[in-house]
Amino acid sequence: MGAAPVADALAERAYEPVIGLEIHVQLSTRTKMFCGCELSFGEQPNTRTCPVCLGLPGTLPVTNAEAVHFGLMIGMALGCEPAPRSIFHRKNYFYPDLPKGYQISQYDIPLARDGRLGDIRIHRVHLEEDAAKLVHAGASGRIHGAEASAVDFNRGGTPLVEIVTEPDVRSAAQAAEWLRLLRVTLRQLGVSDVNMEEGSLRCDANVSIRPAGEATLGTKTELKNMNSFRFLERGVNAEVARQEELLREGGAVTQETLHFDPRTGALSPLRSKEEAHDYRYFPEPDLVPIAPTEEMLERARSALPELPAQRAERLESDMGLVPDTARLLAFRSDLGDFFERAAAARVGDDSKAIANWIVGELVANIGDADPADTKLEPESLAALVGMVREGTVAGSAAKDVLTTLVAEGGDPAEIVEAENLGAAGGDELARVVDQAMADQADAVEKIRAGNDKATGAVMGAVMRATEGRADGAEVQRLIRERL
Amino acid sequence: MIDRDQVLHVARLARLRLTDEEVERMTGELSTILDHIEKISELDLDDVAPTSHVVAMENVLRPDEPRPSLPREGALGQAPDTDGVGFRVPSPGA
Ligand SMILES: [Zn+2]
Repeated sequence: MGAAPVADALAERAYEPVIGLEIHVQLSTRTKMFCGCELSFGEQPNTRTCPVCLGLPGTLPVTNAEAVHFGLMIGMALGCEPAPRSIFHRKNYFYPDLPKGYQISQYDIPLARDGRLGDIRIHRVHLEEDAAKLVHAGASGRIHGAEASAVDFNRGGTPLVEIVTEPDVRSAAQAAEWLRLLRVTLRQLGVSDVNMEEGSLRCDANVSIRPAGEATLGTKTELKNMNSFRFLERGVNAEVARQEELLREGGAVTQETLHFDPRTGALSPLRSKEEAHDYRYFPEPDLVPIAPTEEMLERARSALPELPAQRAERLESDMGLVPDTARLLAFRSDLGDFFERAAAARVGDDSKAIANWIVGELVANIGDADPADTKLEPESLAALVGMVREGTVAGSAAKDVLTTLVAEGGDPAEIVEAENLGAAGGDELARVVDQAMADQADAVEKIRAGNDKATGAVMGAVMRATEGRADGAEVQRLIRERL
Repeated sequence: MIDRDQVLHVARLARLRLTDEEVERMTGELSTILDHIEKISELDLDDVAPTSHVVAMENVLRPDEPRPSLPREGALGQAPDTDGVGFRVPSPGA
């Protein structure tokens, strides 16, 4: 007695996910964070190393000015306050991908903090160095009877920016959507390749759940390295479901780090790096503080381009685009740039129509390609959209013209002329309508009797006769005129 | 005061294997250091910023210009074990 109602209450309780994201961004500087080795793009293993990034005794790190510049740009773009003075710390742990036995990172005084991107608050932005790559050697031999791995230090010391959000995310879909906004923002800044598959953008998620409406936070787990938007969404969904089931059964969530296997959808605890969370941070004595001068701040500020979120807002308010179209154009800057050039070349008030042609027909035509790389000129698109508005070319024929323009370029008016795609009109169209009404006498009777749907039969005959070059509204008008 | 278990914990984090005598000695030495820190903590230091660095310098930065890396043979030359391409180590998971 008594136990069953409690169990029922647990089973029926609604939970709310509370999610925070930690994102690592590899910066696209030329050299590493603390030494002059060039960054590696698939070079032979261990060909981009030096005594500093190999952690040899007696060497000293020197901070890359460009990495600090990119870090400040990211901080500012995310609305953060750059710290007047930030310092590096040593994060101590032993692992073969870390030659010094510590990672140089930032701890209690990060480069920038307290910002916002979209509806998610940013907790902090800090600089650090990437670890080396551990390649599991498998067949290539064993050491003292145990399996061997090989370390490639090319990646070791690559500049990283870590971005930590506040736990403001409430669903897996929102997490993926926000990460897209972050990626397109970083891409616009030009500070990183932001390629998730290649690891230049990596995302971990801290996930907990709590009874809906409550303010306290539940115990969180950390999901590591989900290397695509889809995996992030699936991983978080799987973890939320797992935690809900645990709590509904009266169990408790344990704080742990989990690995999501995209093939099976299963979550498994990462082998605990023994006492790994005892990092014994202390200030890095080999590096002096970063205190951005007014000159450094101004250089970062003036390097900021218009960011996607701002551009979407401008396209909405200044150009009158609907939110979805504005976002699409802002998030794909190649489309956005093409749109703005075409809109500038327009004659009438065609901005909205041009935007619709770009996100509709043009994208259907060229997919992910940059329209600037095709033969289509923004001015030609503007001219074509103008011709559709004036009714000199019907919409369906204009799609064919667009295909020709993308593949071969040229002047839309000339293409319409040469391929006889111009809208049928004048005496020609009047004759066609006369003929169609004579052929469809039954339908015409029905229209006269008030059956508007019968117009379709006449319209169909006109379209067949003109091969789709007639403007529907004009045909309607001609039919009514003749009733 | 620091106890034996704390010494063993710190030794494990630092990957040090200590003999019983060494544990004994470290317990004493580390306790002396901590006592000294506690002595300093008795002072009223509320208005004093923590010292993170002892040199009064800031913004020592390097231009983002490549410098030659080591040839691979040079990089691998001092490693206890290599396969000619990478540094061979026991697999961390093994
Ligand atoms: Zn190096």
